[in-house]
Amino acid sequence: MGITVRGVSKRFGTFAALEDVSVDIPTGSLTALLGPSGGGKSTLLRIIAGLESPDEGAVQIDGRDSTSLPPQRRNVGFVFQHYAAFKHMTVARNVAFGLEIRKRPKADVARRVKELLDLVHLGQFADRYPAQLSGGQRQRMALARALAPQPDVLLLDEPFGALDAQVRKELRDWLRRLHDEVHVTTVFVTHDQEEAMEVADEIVVINHGRVEQIGPPDELYDKPASDFVMTFLGPVTRLGDSLVRPHDLRLSTEPGADGVAAVVERVVRLGFEVRVDLIDAYGSALWVQMTRGEAERLSIEPGSSWFVRTATG
Amino acid sequence: MLLRGVALAYVLLLLALPVGLVAWRTFEHGAAPVWRALSSHAARHALAITAEVATAAVILNTVFGVGLALLLVRRRFPGRGLLDAVTDLPLAVSPVVVGLALILVYGHNTGLGGWLAGRGISIIFALPGMVLATVFVSLPLVVREVTPVLEEIGIEQEQAAWTLGASPGQTFRRVTLPAIRWALAYGVVLTLARGLGEYGAVAVVSGRIVGKTQTATLFVEERYQNFDQPAAYAMAFALAATAVVILLCINLLRHQAGD
Repeated sequence: MGITVRGVSKRFGTFAALEDVSVDIPTGSLTALLGPSGGGKSTLLRIIAGLESPDEGAVQIDGRDSTSLPPQRRNVGFVFQHYAAFKHMTVARNVAFGLEIRKRPKADVARRVKELLDLVHLGQFADRYPAQLSGGQRQRMALARALAPQPDVLLLDEPFGALDAQVRKELRDWLRRLHDEVHVTTVFVTHDQEEAMEVADEIVVINHGRVEQIGPPDELYDKPASDFVMTFLGPVTRLGDSLVRPHDLRLSTEPGADGVAAVVERVVRLGFEVRVDLIDAYGSALWVQMTRGEAERLSIEPGSSWFVRTATG
Repeated sequence: MLLRGVALAYVLLLLALPVGLVAWRTFEHGAAPVWRALSSHAARHALAITAEVATAAVILNTVFGVGLALLLVRRRFPGRGLLDAVTDLPLAVSPVVVGLALILVYGHNTGLGGWLAGRGISIIFALPGMVLATVFVSLPLVVREVTPVLEEIGIEQEQAAWTLGASPGQTFRRVTLPAIRWALAYGVVLTLARGLGEYGAVAVVSGRIVGKTQTATLFVEERYQNFDQPAAYAMAFALAATAVVILLCINLLRHQAGD
């Protein structure tokens, strides 16, 4: 087992950041800790790294009880949201830091630094200072620095949170490809469900200091364990008393066995996709997502009446 | 325009004129008498004492100033607010009061002072007391330079160093110290300037024993009172010239820190 967290609780004053959290993260996996801000996911990551100590519970890394080990002895790589670059050192010295601390021979350090800078495409920036790099480059440098001493696990705390949308998307794909090459057990914290779904093999949804659900992205999306998970992972609307995905709803002119009568309020075209806003007989709003072709075929107009039901299968 | 005139006149009357007059009176009869006055036994001894006290104060203040700044910025503990406030106390209290307070604690008639004297250690009317007094008055200079820089750089670089395997000592040497080096250098230079120029607190605790505990500033006052004005002016000029050099250093460091 890569990382095992057992019954971990952590309080800051009267605020319970984590309550009885247990998670298993398999060796070599890429796992996302997903949840809203202040939900405890960063605290869990920092407890795994040894930067915070849990009030209760235990942490194992590669089968070794690490609960009372200082961060220096856990052999983890940690990447911070705001890079935490050593500003007075060149890019190469930043990456070499962990190796120099471990007193590796100079030639080995130089070779490994070069190898990593090539891996993160910063080969030509070796002699620059962090201040001379863009945000995305700094974060890649921080990643190379964390990977240099060959950690057992790589931990990333909102690694793309401080970057703009374009760079963020690039780095996301790049992290996925990097993980496929390097295979180090990786855990990253994010509040962006799209990022988690796109990059991770496994998602741990954390809210109010508790684990809501653990599973592969598809499973979480299709079989959410709670309304919270369902709402957090994708678009939802309400049909009668139940939460449903708006793309799972169908409109027809036949009432059928379970059709809910509703009147179209508005039709919004978003390129390929069409969003239909409706009001049901009790005055509640709901919306249906369909393709443009489907909307044209049914010729949906504001004011028209329909029966709404969930698509079976 | 008016403001500039007023500011100029102010600086001229308060600073340039008196310092200029000291320089002029010093070299009234050429450089030879100045050299003679400064190379007398008492003058050389006073300069040596000043150098010793200032150096000791700089070393102590560097170590404890950085330690105190780290404690105030990186730790949360009960009494932290009080410690923070007390750090500024030496700026508010008159140095004479500092001197008297030290005598009350370490004087030969007090419990602690008597106990130490019984073991052959004198604090008051000796170098240790003068160093203590100088450290006391210059305590905030290093702390207040280093604290804002520590706050600005934050703790993440240090935490990154820990996860990369660096011990607290290695982290301090390789990450924290390089980040605060210009602020620390600035604080050290300010401490040095204060240490060389301190008069009030040192005057009280030193006992002003000529040839023993007399510093350069005390020498100026004593010579002046004894109508040996050439010696007083020569030493005053030496102190002023040192101050100018220190000011230049400070400006240079400020420039470096701004990079």
